[in-house]
Amino acid sequence: MAAVTGDSVTSAVAVDLAETSVRWLNAELHNPTASRYRVLAPRGAHAIAAGLRGEVTVDVYGHAGYYCAGMNDGGTVTVHGSVGVGVAENMMSGTVRVRGDASQSAGATGHGGLLVVEGNASMRCGISMKGIDIVVGGDVGAMSAFMAQAGRLVVCGDAGDGLGDSIYEARLYVRGAVKTLGADCVEKPLLPRHREELAGLLAAAGLDHDPAEFRRYGSARTLYHFAAHNSAAY
Amino acid sequence: MCGIVGLHLRDPKLFPRLGVLLETMLCQVAERGPDSAGVAVYGDRRRCPDGHAAVSVLDTRPGLAEAVGEQLPGVSDVLVTTAGDTSVVAAPVSPAELVSAVRAAAPGAVVVSSGTDLTVYKGTGNPRELARTYDLAGASGWQGLAHTRMATESAVTAQGCHPFSVGEDQCLVHNGSFANHATIRGQLRALGVHFDSDNDSEVGARFVAARLAQGDDLDKALRLLCERFDGFYTLLATTGDGFAVVRDAIACKPAIIAETESWVAMASEFRALAGLPGVEGARIYEPEPERVYAWQR
Repeated sequence: MAAVTGDSVTSAVAVDLAETSVRWLNAELHNPTASRYRVLAPRGAHAIAAGLRGEVTVDVYGHAGYYCAGMNDGGTVTVHGSVGVGVAENMMSGTVRVRGDASQSAGATGHGGLLVVEGNASMRCGISMKGIDIVVGGDVGAMSAFMAQAGRLVVCGDAGDGLGDSIYEARLYVRGAVKTLGADCVEKPLLPRHREELAGLLAAAGLDHDPAEFRRYGSARTLYHFAAHNSAAY
Repeated sequence: MCGIVGLHLRDPKLFPRLGVLLETMLCQVAERGPDSAGVAVYGDRRRCPDGHAAVSVLDTRPGLAEAVGEQLPGVSDVLVTTAGDTSVVAAPVSPAELVSAVRAAAPGAVVVSSGTDLTVYKGTGNPRELARTYDLAGASGWQGLAHTRMATESAVTAQGCHPFSVGEDQCLVHNGSFANHATIRGQLRALGVHFDSDNDSEVGARFVAARLAQGDDLDKALRLLCERFDGFYTLLATTGDGFAVVRDAIACKPAIIAETESWVAMASEFRALAGLPGVEGARIYEPEPERVYAWQR
């Protein structure tokens, strides 16, 4: 317990991972005895603040490893650094903010909540997203929003190859260039209701881009409906 | 999985600390391949003195130094260092002469590296313990790499450990699996290339070595590898003056690169880089698919 000390400046409980295990940290966060935590010296450790339930606020100072804030359900997690693979994967609700860059599969399979990556996100950002909102301040890598099912992905920079490949539903907004669109992903008109939705997402993320600068992409809906004339092929 | 770490030092003041830094990096990827590990160090004059060649061999028979010495008339100082399953043999002759002498002195033993600057260690067991067995912390040098292996298509043996070093002062480590390695092995065999194992990664190493032997540089050799090989791979390839990283088009095997004025480092995960001096100010990024990142000494 020596590593856990009250912080009079922020009234947050400080947990120094140079002295305390991630397992201990997560057990504390799953049944929290405080409302705010500061995590120090993450040094790329995996699964920091994974599995939060309810309203707890966690600030991580430094770079985190894989699956940071995974399965988040109601927590508010801010990483003052970069994160490894699968940040906020399968998030149900709450907010996860990464001040730096995110590795692959950011927000993968997320059902809800808001993930903000202020820097760039690598490949497969929002893969199989199921209702999560993701706002990326920079670029996203190839195969982002692969098989996306629901939710919104906002990219303020450029998108790599195969954006939205095999997308079911989900709305994708990209401000910069899209290298290529994936199978069944098409550009769609940015209607007033989309600009309004986008403005809300950008405001939630704390970004002040003009929604009119974005283009919208989504499903052409030609892949996932069974077509009777294809029945002979099965 | 498999774990890769590599460190290319630019600042000579760090050379005495190469082994300590590399051991710290290796221990952070131990879980990615807890059964075996291999290490390569460039410029460790304890094991490969100036003016010597060094040959690493998976053979620990007693009297190896004398047996090699008998094969090298007139050469008095044959140095043998045994570290677990590996013996490093050094002598003031050419690498090719020393390889021949070692093969004659230890018939059937597997030679796992040769060169004038390179020492390689391979063994099975926990990577943290292997690092101690190799006395990695005591190594100095200008470049090194290590690999922890989660075996997939061949057995957990010292021989199956990476790096694969099949040309003088060359190394290749691989996270992933090549799908068409049998085809390319057959093509290389038809050109007279000899293979030591059935391992898919050895095919990658033999391919790169063949391209380098034809005069390509590391950058071009790896770009050609991307054209010819199918499968999943993050590769780190090194030579007597080079350090290069490449990933396949899908890039599902992780890699991260960090650069400062003092060093270039790559690893499977950031946590392996977290202990490097000055990492707070490093430029840190993930290598893009099918793009070769290469550095020259």
